Amino acid sequence: MSPRTLYEKIWDRHVISAARLPVPLLYIDRHFIHEATSPQAFAGLKAADRKVRRPDLTFAVMDHSVPTKDRRNAVITGNRAKLFDALDRNCRETGVRLFDMNSKNQGIVHIIGPEMGITQPGQTIVCGDSHTSTHGAMGALAFGIGTSEVETVLATQCLPQYTSKTMLVRIEGKRTRGITAKDLMLAVIEKLGFSGGTGHVIEYGGEAVRALSIEERMTLCSMSIECGARAGMVSPDETTFRYLEGRPFVPRGNDFEAAVKIWRSYASEPGATYDSTIELNAAEVAPKVTWGTNPGMVANINAAVPDPSSYANEEERESVIRALDYMDLNPGTRIVDIPIDRVFIGSCSNGQIEDLRAAAAVLAGKKISKSLKQALVVPASTQTKLQAEAEGLDRIFVEAGFEWRDSGCSMCIAMNEDVLPPGERCASTSNRNFEGRQGKGGRTHLVSPAMAAAAAIAGKFVDVRDMQIAGVV
Amino acid sequence: MKPFSEHAGTVVPLDRIDVDTDQMVPKQFILRGTRDGYGRDLFHDWRYLPNGDPDPDFVFNFPRYKGASILLARSNFGCGSSREHAAWAVRDYGFQVVIAPSYADIFYTNAFNNGVLLVTLPAEQVDELFRRAEKTEGYELSVDLETLSITDNRQLRFPFTIDEYRRNRLLKGLDDIGSMIEHDKEIAAFEGSHAIPAPIVTGPVDMKVSTS
Repeated sequence: MSPRTLYEKIWDRHVISAARLPVPLLYIDRHFIHEATSPQAFAGLKAADRKVRRPDLTFAVMDHSVPTKDRRNAVITGNRAKLFDALDRNCRETGVRLFDMNSKNQGIVHIIGPEMGITQPGQTIVCGDSHTSTHGAMGALAFGIGTSEVETVLATQCLPQYTSKTMLVRIEGKRTRGITAKDLMLAVIEKLGFSGGTGHVIEYGGEAVRALSIEERMTLCSMSIECGARAGMVSPDETTFRYLEGRPFVPRGNDFEAAVKIWRSYASEPGATYDSTIELNAAEVAPKVTWGTNPGMVANINAAVPDPSSYANEEERESVIRALDYMDLNPGTRIVDIPIDRVFIGSCSNGQIEDLRAAAAVLAGKKISKSLKQALVVPASTQTKLQAEAEGLDRIFVEAGFEWRDSGCSMCIAMNEDVLPPGERCASTSNRNFEGRQGKGGRTHLVSPAMAAAAAIAGKFVDVRDMQIAGVV
Repeated sequence: MKPFSEHAGTVVPLDRIDVDTDQMVPKQFILRGTRDGYGRDLFHDWRYLPNGDPDPDFVFNFPRYKGASILLARSNFGCGSSREHAAWAVRDYGFQVVIAPSYADIFYTNAFNNGVLLVTLPAEQVDELFRRAEKTEGYELSVDLETLSITDNRQLRFPFTIDEYRRNRLLKGLDDIGSMIEHDKEIAAFEGSHAIPAPIVTGPVDMKVSTS
């Protein structure tokens, strides 16, 4: 057999060929659900008198709209309360395991899967959220689905699926000081274009990707959807296995060794071919800041806001003009001259322990600018929060002037109280800078956690590489 | 779902690339746990002024496009968030057909799962439809899923393609679950020999496990 990719191997081992449907039927190993996109699916099941086929393969968590401030005492009312009540009730009625908002294992749905070792190499994983691709960092095929599909998976544990094209994003070279997985991924999106990955599953490979931790690989995979790719994945390796060992859903002892052997068998083989390949040199990547209203509208920190007239394509030019109008930016403005009002550190893309360490390293012993209206740190999971507190990171953030919050999606989607007010500008470690994403009329600039911390100190964007950072050479 | 075979209606042109689902239904409306009633929220932040009145500059509010049931759009339509609310809103607003050069993957599936036909045409043909829709007040198109063609009353005729599975489901008004439940035996057989085990707890976790 010719060498195969991770995607092809997972695909082949999950298609139920006996069903002989016109479209391949893909078996789903793990189904994650949350309060925002599941109630309609459960209601649909109930109306048709159908059952959840495999509650044991389904995991629920409260994340999208949970309060992040003093959660245990928070009063939740209206539609939000109904969403939480519905999830709790639906899980109780169907036997689905639930991590509710006060669980020690609560967190953003795409973080807690890997964190508990529920997500493992070779699995197929779906969730009613476009950032489900995050799980791909473990060597799984994970993609976001709509609520009708959530209902289909609840009822049948399968989805009719078309094969995707494959794309290898090969990142060679070594990153320089201050360059994070976020900068690498924004560089990928810049190169590929905002819709360049549509119809594809991306596999990230190359020397620079091999050198990334699981958390960093999750940053890449999480943002795959930001260039249109439904899934992003990294072939499982020793880093993956070391990460998984000892986690509460991972087999132990001899069973672990046996599992590793199977996980290893999913790895992409040398010589496997992809429908397309793009290459990037990590050594050439600079810190990135988005200036527009999609993640492809991005520039290096030492560059300037582009002139729409530099775009040859008319549709793109008009799109840039609209974006600059929304962002209230003028062509030629240097990125380092853009002042900010708020800072948000968090999200499934950049709210993990390493992200918090990187931001804290920049902030240690410093204060955030007096010009800021708010600076928020929202850990991606409750376990991340506890770990950060054990390391004393919370004190660094609080002493610098940040608010230290409970975990959730928070200001990445602004479905709770954490909303960017109209006209205000936010340096955000999240993954989307769409109009109104963080709040109606709010202006989002996507950056890495270190760059967000640096911007918090300066009150505007600065090159984190120019800063003296404790413990960083 | 209602079967769909053909549709004739007026066209509204939305001349923007990369329209994302956050614009189609902003997050404040997805707290409602229902599938219905999102038509009034469709493109909320573009469609209404801060005081709640319709924004006369947004194309949906031009009197000539009132009652349109075919949405003409640009490339990468429906990108971003997986929220099916976007498809529910398109349907609930009254759109039965969207025509664009390309769509984002998740929205594409969501729309078909709600009986909305997404027609993909080459960019030049979409350009031509934009020209006609903007020039002629009350511009109407007929979309025929049986013959796979789009026509107007001025000799325009564009053929389109769509995969058979989705076409059939629309023509018959079927949903996924209905057709898959019949394959329960094959699914169960697959599960019997599947290499990936169900999750086993080997360490401490703080979760609610129901054994109903």
